[in-house]
Amino acid sequence: MTVVSSNKDLENLTLTFVTEFDATVERVWQVWEDPRQLERWWGPPTYPATFERYEFVPGGSCRYYMTGPDGETPRGWWTITDVQAPHRLEFQDGFAGEDGEPSGFLGTSTCVVTLEETGGGTRMTLVSTFESLDQMEEMLKMGMEEGMGQALGQIDGILAGQGVR
Amino acid sequence: MVVYELSDADVDRIFQALADATRRDIIKQAMLREQSVSELARRYAMSFAAVQKHVAVLERASLVIKERRGREQVVHPNPEALRRAARLLDAYEDVWRGRADRIGEILSGP
Repeated sequence: MTVVSSNKDLENLTLTFVTEFDATVERVWQVWEDPRQLERWWGPPTYPATFERYEFVPGGSCRYYMTGPDGETPRGWWTITDVQAPHRLEFQDGFAGEDGEPSGFLGTSTCVVTLEETGGGTRMTLVSTFESLDQMEEMLKMGMEEGMGQALGQIDGILAGQGVR
Repeated sequence: MVVYELSDADVDRIFQALADATRRDIIKQAMLREQSVSELARRYAMSFAAVQKHVAVLERASLVIKERRGREQVVHPNPEALRRAARLLDAYEDVWRGRADRIGEILSGP
């Protein structure tokens, strides 16, 4: 995996993140299409995600929760807005209430994933747009065990080849 | 890690401020470059007083800062909010680096 570029648009609260993988477009598409594979990477090992519903079609609903280290299970939803296998996926992401249904809390973020063939590999471009700073702040808490330092340390660990599974 | 403590009242003010399309556009304009209330007023089909009211709502939510400069009232984005945006976008970049690493591991697995 190589991070090709990362661009932040402060005005529009948009992150564009480009990576390349040493695998075919069809193979990279599977990590999005198959919820069991998605669960293995969406959340960090300390905060794994479980997708209870995953309708991978335009207009499809997804419901998931994450399991924190203290057993807390914040819930979220996706609505899939575009699927063009194996090249393009677009979905909206937001918070859900205890019942698992969208709560409207802090609005919706939008994620557009594009997969393109490069020489022998796949370039994945992710464009993530948020509605507000508060939404960004709260969504970050899902998946961060003890704040940012923890997550950064974990990533450093993986980069240093000491990744824990 | 810097922790931003927002009270419920702060959050309500921010949401109220962002709930209006004109106010969202004013923030956008002010982020591109600082400008006077009269410059802003020319952009919208509404009175100077109405635009001034919108700016006041944004100011109360700490999203913009208004300064009197001579005869002009100049609106510019709150640098603290911009710093917070930069910090949060950095954190999301880290989240995606972690995810991309894990995808890489799955792809290289058996």
